[in-house]
Formats: sequence, C-alpha cells, structure tokens
Amino acid sequence: MGTSLFYFLAFVALISALGVVFAKNPIHSVLFLILTFFAISGHYLLLNAQFLAAVNIIVYAGAIMVLFLFVIMFLNLNTDTEPHKPALAKVTAAVAGGLLLLVLIAALRNVTPVGADAATFDSQIGMVNRLGLVLYQQYLLPFELASVLFLVAMVGAVMLGKREEGERNF
Amino acid sequence: MEIPLLAWQGLVILAVFGITLLIATYSTYAERVVAAFLQDRVGPDRAGPFGLLQPLADAVKLFTKEEFFPSGANRWLFVFGPCLAMTTALMASAVIPFGNTLIFGDGTEIRLQAIEVNIGMLYVFGVVSLGVYGIMIGGWASNNKFSLLGAVRAAAQAVSYELAMGMALIALLMVTGTLSLREITLQQYNGLWNIVYQPLGFIIFCVCAFAETNRTPFDLPECETELVGGYHTEYSSMKMGLYLFAEYINVFVASAVMSTLYFGGFSFPGEHWVYNTLTQSQGELFAHNVVTILGTVTIFAKIFFFIFFFMWVRWTLPRFRYDQLMRLGWTMLFPIAILNILVTGACILFFGAKDPKIEAAKKPQTTETRTVVRG
Amino acid sequence: MLLATTATYQPADYLPILIQLGLALAFVAFSMVVSHLVGPKRHSKVKDSSFECGIESVGNARTPISVKYFLTAILFVLFDVEVIFMYPWAVNFRELGTTGFVEMLLFMGLLLAGFYYIIKKGILKWQN
Repeated sequence: MGTSLFYFLAFVALISALGVVFAKNPIHSVLFLILTFFAISGHYLLLNAQFLAAVNIIVYAGAIMVLFLFVIMFLNLNTDTEPHKPALAKVTAAVAGGLLLLVLIAALRNVTPVGADAATFDSQIGMVNRLGLVLYQQYLLPFELASVLFLVAMVGAVMLGKREEGERNF
Repeated sequence: MEIPLLAWQGLVILAVFGITLLIATYSTYAERVVAAFLQDRVGPDRAGPFGLLQPLADAVKLFTKEEFFPSGANRWLFVFGPCLAMTTALMASAVIPFGNTLIFGDGTEIRLQAIEVNIGMLYVFGVVSLGVYGIMIGGWASNNKFSLLGAVRAAAQAVSYELAMGMALIALLMVTGTLSLREITLQQYNGLWNIVYQPLGFIIFCVCAFAETNRTPFDLPECETELVGGYHTEYSSMKMGLYLFAEYINVFVASAVMSTLYFGGFSFPGEHWVYNTLTQSQGELFAHNVVTILGTVTIFAKIFFFIFFFMWVRWTLPRFRYDQLMRLGWTMLFPIAILNILVTGACILFFGAKDPKIEAAKKPQTTETRTVVRG
Repeated sequence: MLLATTATYQPADYLPILIQLGLALAFVAFSMVVSHLVGPKRHSKVKDSSFECGIESVGNARTPISVKYFLTAILFVLFDVEVIFMYPWAVNFRELGTTGFVEMLLFMGLLLAGFYYIIKKGILKWQN
C-alpha cells in the first residue's frame, strides 16, 4: 500500500514538474507547480511528517503561488508584446540547465541512504509539538537569524515596489 | 486502518457531505427569508409551502441556463475556476468533529469526524488558502476587466485577512496546546468554553472569517455598484451556481470552525448530568451514545446560529471601501492580534499554575476518561 | 464518557480524505457535465463579447495590475512564514515557558520593526 502510493505520488510529482516547464501558458505552469507541491506534501504525509506537509501546502501552494499569480498578472501577457527570444538565449539556457543537472547527479551519485532503525524508530517525531521543542531549544540561533532575513526581505520588497512616473495600470 | 472501519468512516463522510450540500442549498433560502424579515418583506413564498422548494427551483433554473463562454476567454481555465472553488470548499469540512464517538454493542467505535489528525486546524487553513485560486483563475480567464479587478481584489483581501486570522489562532493555541480540533473540543468538555479565555481573539477571528468568505461588509470582490458582478461577471448556468454555492459552503465551514474553537463544539451545558443519570438507569454504552447524539444536535444548533449571524450582518451593515478594508486588515487587526498574543502569553506565564485549564491541557485524555464496558 | 484522544498519529489516518476528495470531484464533475448537456447554445458576435456595461470593449483584460497588489502578496508571504513559525511555539508554549516567550519576543520585535518601516513608507496606504 505504502510503496504503491509512493510510486503514484512520485509519478504525479514528476509529470506535473515537467508540465511546469513545458506549459505554454504561465498560468498553467503555476497550476502544475501547485500540483507538484501537493504530490510532495503527499510524500511528507507518507513519512508521517504531518506538520511539514501542512506547512508545505500553506506556504508554498497557498502563499508563494498567489504571489506568482500576481506577478504573472502584473506583467503584460499579450502575445504581441512578448519579446522574441533569440536562439542564442535558448542554447545558453539549455547549457546552464544541463550543467546544473550534471552537478546534482555528481553530488548525489555516491550517496547511500541510511534507513531508519525499526527498533528505535519513533513514528511521532514529525508531530508539531516534537518539532517545536527541537526548533526552540536546539536550533534557536537559526530561528532568530531568520527574522533578520525577513527584515531584509521586507526592505527589499519596499525598494522593488517603488512607483515610477507615468505608469498605467488598475 | 482496517477496511470495515474505513467503510464506517466513509459512511460518516457521506453523511457530512450530504448535510453540507443540504445546508448550503437551504442557506440560499434562509438568506432570502432573513433578508425579508429584516426588511419587513414577505420573502419567497410561491414554490411549495412557505417557499421551501425555492432552492430546488433555483437549481433547475441554473442547470437549464445557457452555458456561456465570452470571446477571448481561456476556455479550460474558465471552466477550471469554479471547479476549483467548489472542490476546495467541499474539502474543508473533513477535520471538523461533528460529534464524539458512537459505540456499538460489539465495541466498534466510530468518530463522527472524517479524519482526526495532529494538525487539524492547519488542514483547514491550507484548504482555505487554496480557495483563493478558484476566484483568481476564474476572474482572470474571463477576459473581462471587471472580473480581473474583482479577482485581484478578492485575492489581496483573502491573503491580508488570513494573516490576522492565523495570529488570532496562535493565541488560542497557546491556551489549548494542540492543533487537533477534537482535542480542543474535549478540553472544553471539562473546562470553560474558549471564548472565556479568548474574547478578543474570537472577535478578530470572526471579522477575518467574514472577510475570507467574501461576505458583507467585505464583499468587495463582487460589489455590484462598482464591478458589475465582480469575478463572476461572465459566468452563467451551473458554473456561476458553483461559485455561489461555494460561498455558502464556506460560510458553513467558517461557522463550524468558530463554534468548535471558541464555543465548545459538540459539548453542551449539563452533559455530565445527562450522562450520569442515563448511566444509572440504562448503562454506560447507551448514555455515551445519547450524549454523543445530543452533542451532534448541539454543534449544528451552534452552526445554524452563526450562519444566521452571517446573514444578519449582511443585511445590516454597509460595505467597506477598499482602502478602509486594507487599513482595517493590516494596520488594525494585525497589531491587535499580536497584542492579544503577548497578553495571552503573559497571562499564562503569570497565572499559569493556578489555572485548571493548564492541567487539563497537559493531560487531556486522563480527566474524565473511563473505559466503557464493552460487549 | 469516553473522551480518549488519539495517542499516536499515522499516515493511514489520512486515507478517508480520499473518499471526501472523490465525492467532491464527483459532485463538481456531475454538475458541470449536466449543465453543459442541458443548457441551450446560441452564439452571436455581440453576445459573446465581454460585458462592459454596454460600451464597446477596448483591448482585452490581460492588462497589468497595480503594484500595490504585488507588494501586498510579498508582505503576505513574509508574515505568513512568521505565523507558521509561531505554530510549533504556541503549541509548546507551556513547556518552553518564559525562555520561549523571550525568544519569541525577540523574533517578533524584529518583524514588528519591519512592519513599522512598511507603515512609515506608506506601502499599505491605498488612498492615493
């Protein structure tokens, strides 16, 4: 049951991730990406990381994808205004992407996954109260540093959103 | 989970699903009756006795209307929008406990709740945060400027109020110490209802629930004086019906969540007396089941009250202006919610030891738990 | 009364959700298909044009929206992650005690400084 569900979810994740890349319409890409996040959340659930699954849906599928949709609507989507990409740009993009794939394969080639020890395995480790205790006692510094990161991001967003003269929009 | 138990759980889901659709259908009727009452009119009275068949007539009308696609619309996304809105609305009720457990003679125990999970409340949040896509995609795909404006407004409003809603919930979680809606309800079985501990949090949550369901005074996405029909301007037949229906289902879910979180869910005053009296005369099993059924009746009574409250507000208050709406969400509710968290935290740390609620939260299952004699 | 709560949570708890998803999808598909089959279909050029109160529409609706909405969405993402960080903290509030409260005060203080900056910059002002 668990194994077949895993393969099904992995299949959905891969297909929809390919859909993100190959869809012509950017809105379709966003929808495929949401589906990918759902498949990944399904994987988290199979691993019994329930809090992580919910957070993945709320933050990625719920918040960041809304931002993406806004960005797509913010841009002018008329086909006649879309700049034509030269062939050189496409070739460069393919080479860059291929290099990234090469690096990833090289990095993950020799990894041997360590399976969980059935005797000491605690299935409740992914629950929200366990996670909180670890996060706020053991990993306190990264957590506090995250707030500095948010502060920087806020300032950046304000700078990006400065109004320019002569804009026309809704 | 064993297969027979899964079958029982499926039956519960089917019942909840049917009741959800029934309540959503009759909410449209109730809305008109309440509007008529508040405006001193007669309201629907032609279709059937007291106009009770009005929702049926509406459904037939919506199904037989022409399906309309505006030129230049993106056909697939145009269809996908209302489907998404309806599906997310229907999924949200899964974690709400509509009652305690029913126990049969052979010891089979059935929860009157689709799934009981560790992150119950976050599930509701996740599904609600997806609801905005239905509106946004539908509005964008319509290729109509009014629809686009309505959709963008709806999305910005929903995300703004989701923040304050989450903050209000944090304060409640500090009191309860769990995200599972069933555990939150069971804590209120023994102690006081959470509204006593979190009055400010409830007000924030309630205002945000109005904004999330796009109800007056927050119905700017579809304010007909400026935006024709808002995001569903170009929709017709059942596609429009699904959008309207999804709104009423969201109202139902919001009412259910509010009554579970702040008003004791399926607990009602005097349940211990009923249970003890019946245990003496009829036995524990019978008493448990009777209390469960009474609890289910109670939570639906609470839900109906909140649905009525939604309608009452709709026909009483005028609509906000958009800048007022954003100001309320960001510069008022958000800071107040943070203040509420700080005050709650300070209170728990200060009075913590004396509060019986804390003991109840630490071990929710040991208080009042007795094993039922089975067989 | 039997008030026992679940002691251990398993992935299998989520299986009934598939039933609910199936029901929801079936209902949506049913209503879409039936209304597609039952309703009449009569097209005309004027009728199919997008409705703009009777005035002939200019261009299409794929037009850029205000940057305000975009900024609202960015700020929402940032504060939403903050709220998410607070869930594990709130659930464990009693175990973490005063130390945890002070930790969160520091975290919130920095974010509120950012919030104050945004208010001062007038990003959330929609009047103009």
